[in-house]
Amino acid sequence: MTHVLDPDALPDEARALMAPPPPYDDVTRSDAAFRAFLHGLPGVDQVGAEARVAMLGTRSIKTTAKAWAIDTAISMVDLTTLEGADTPGKVRSLATKAKRPDPGDPTAPQVAAVCIYGDLAGVAVETLAGTGIHVAAVATAFPSGRASRAVKIADVQDAVANGADEIDMVIDRGAFLSGRYLDVFEEIVAVKEACARPGQDPAHLKVILETGELVTLDNVRRASWLAMLAGGDFIKTSTGKISPAATLPVCLVMLEAVRDFRAATGRQIGVKPAGGIRTTKDAMKHLVLVNETAGPDWLTPDWFRLGASSLLNDLLLQRQKLRTGHYSGPDYVTVD
Amino acid sequence: MSSPFQYAPAPESRSIVDIAPSYGLFIDGEFVDGTGEAFKTVNPATEEVLTEVSAGSAADVDRAVAAARRAFTRTWGPMRPADRGKYLFRIARLLQERAREFAVLESLDNGKPIRESRDVDIPLAAAHFFYHAGWADKLDFAGLGPNPRPLGVAGQVIPWNFPMLMLAWKVAPALATGNTVVLKPAETTPLTALLFAEICQQADLPPGVVNIVTGAGDTGRAVVEHGDVDKVAFTGSTEVGKSIARAVAGTRKSLTLELGGKAANIVFDDAPIDQAVEGIVQGIFFNQGHVCCAGSRLLVQENIHDEVIASLQRRIGTLRVGDPLDKNTDIGAINSAEQLARIRELSDYGEAEGANRWQPACDLPDRGYWFPPTVFTDVSPAHRIAREEVFGPVLSVLTFRTPDEAVAKANNSTYGLSAGIWTEKGSRILKIADQLRAGVVWANTFNKFDPTSPFGGYKQSGYGREGGRHGLTGYLKGVTHS
Repeated sequence: MTHVLDPDALPDEARALMAPPPPYDDVTRSDAAFRAFLHGLPGVDQVGAEARVAMLGTRSIKTTAKAWAIDTAISMVDLTTLEGADTPGKVRSLATKAKRPDPGDPTAPQVAAVCIYGDLAGVAVETLAGTGIHVAAVATAFPSGRASRAVKIADVQDAVANGADEIDMVIDRGAFLSGRYLDVFEEIVAVKEACARPGQDPAHLKVILETGELVTLDNVRRASWLAMLAGGDFIKTSTGKISPAATLPVCLVMLEAVRDFRAATGRQIGVKPAGGIRTTKDAMKHLVLVNETAGPDWLTPDWFRLGASSLLNDLLLQRQKLRTGHYSGPDYVTVD
Repeated sequence: MSSPFQYAPAPESRSIVDIAPSYGLFIDGEFVDGTGEAFKTVNPATEEVLTEVSAGSAADVDRAVAAARRAFTRTWGPMRPADRGKYLFRIARLLQERAREFAVLESLDNGKPIRESRDVDIPLAAAHFFYHAGWADKLDFAGLGPNPRPLGVAGQVIPWNFPMLMLAWKVAPALATGNTVVLKPAETTPLTALLFAEICQQADLPPGVVNIVTGAGDTGRAVVEHGDVDKVAFTGSTEVGKSIARAVAGTRKSLTLELGGKAANIVFDDAPIDQAVEGIVQGIFFNQGHVCCAGSRLLVQENIHDEVIASLQRRIGTLRVGDPLDKNTDIGAINSAEQLARIRELSDYGEAEGANRWQPACDLPDRGYWFPPTVFTDVSPAHRIAREEVFGPVLSVLTFRTPDEAVAKANNSTYGLSAGIWTEKGSRILKIADQLRAGVVWANTFNKFDPTSPFGGYKQSGYGREGGRHGLTGYLKGVTHS
């Protein structure tokens, strides 16, 4: 059908390739339609969002609840190293820690994934074979995303070829901020296609919104919906290279988005705050946020991840404290 | 849906409070036995008797007023205003120092969740003393005229919903402006006022400046009708307020009344929906709905009614009802058996008149006074639950189609204390706020209080303002009202 009111509507065949799930299957028919849809989402009142997370931050998580939350948080960690100085040795040591975070206590759960640059994915895959721990590779000219689409796609294909089963891509914030929403959308669709793995399920796609560059919560909501409509499996806050990274109000808005998206389409999308989550208390505040916003269905590593590096050691120290009744110290957890 | 993440009990320790087996009245700087019959105060969450409190007789009130008069004439009245300010600062700091003790005692006696007494009631009470301490020596420059002077002795009667906060709203401005007070706390919640009496002693406040006379309606009447009281300030029900207005009519007493409300919380279709839902919850379930300015009438634009109600119900499903001392409790106990009976009666009326009652599945404790959060949909403006103040966790939902209809319905009330507007459009906020006949209008928030902001009502919600520069005028003579 031709959209008479939409002179810039895409031809039918182009749309069919990348149609979002119903009932939103025609919102990407043109730039104008997509813009109207995203700008028609209810606004977010920043003061109200901050008040809500502040209130949830007063939840007092003690004893059995704390023990459950710590183990759950450990199992949700995407243990991350994203440095120019990363080496196979560094990645091997991180992957080894992922398998058995607390060498002194085999009951500590393993983490969800290790998150690394794509060229080192093979090293992680080798170390983690048979553990069920995922290998997540950042791609698409991470962290800035400033490269041609061809380069980004090649980056993804390379990471997938190296064995990564999760791809953490960045959106084109420049395109988003200049209002070229359909460009951002198409790029996510293209990356999703590049995640295909012959004979296997495609690699899981996490879409990094880099909320620290989007700045407003209205933008966070729009970018969340954009990424979900484009087929992202997870929406992720940040690269960790920009400050602020994960904040509670941003995470609240993203959790509301996945909750509403599932209610409308039946499709569940995961959420991954990343960067700046360093303490057990931070992690527990996020779990409370999940529990009371998106709901308990999201309280598993399949649907919620914490992108972090130093967080894991703090979780382990708190876990030891809970088990032994006293605090140990930094020498009782491993340096990687 | 049951969550694997069950918050373990996190009770605030009550060992910080030390409740005596019985309490007297606080008159002329000392605790004295009352001559009326003592009464018991209970913890509404468990029905456990907390202690026994003296009921002030007319003779006791007479002694209290005489002490207040003496203090006004001899010490507090002649005192340098800057020195009065120092006492108020001292009281404010002591309140902060002993905040946890006050919070726990308030939750025990009132039934409100510790999260609210800890994060709202007590910090705000201290803020009121700090704020008014600052005014004490600056009244000449408040823009109220060249020489504002205190009225004399203030008789103050306060309600049970925010016992300590209402005390602060009454006592702080009265003292800052150079008056002395005789205060009667509510019958069901006298304990924090009596702890405040200890603070007055600890602050070395001159005897007689603050007198606290506990008791029920008779004691309150004796305070209000006493011939040597210059000022009457009352917060409570419209019914009692009317009788006070009658009693004071024709006397030289000046009067401030802060009475009931049936606030409209108006949600437009361009509102930030998630925050609006939070605001609706905060508006009606804060303090179990025992709030005179509660947003008890939700006016939601018809084209988003279903969406808002669905979100609201999901959100209400996450509210945690139970032990007020548990730090994770959102909704505590109803303050008294009497109030519970009234909430039940009006809710039953709502159903009988054809409105739709919705309550989440929630376990209520076996003992104590409890009522689950309740939403009535299909409410018509003619229903009692749309017109009368329930003073409980009961929301009535009405709809509107246009801004004019929203304003007309919002103003269609015998009350006019507060209102809320939810929209992302700034110009609409300003226009609607201008048209609403309510003393306080919140925009994209609800139930926010600050000592600098005047609070008070239109119509049967009372008259006079408390807080801010406006609040000072109720305790001063020779002022020019602007």
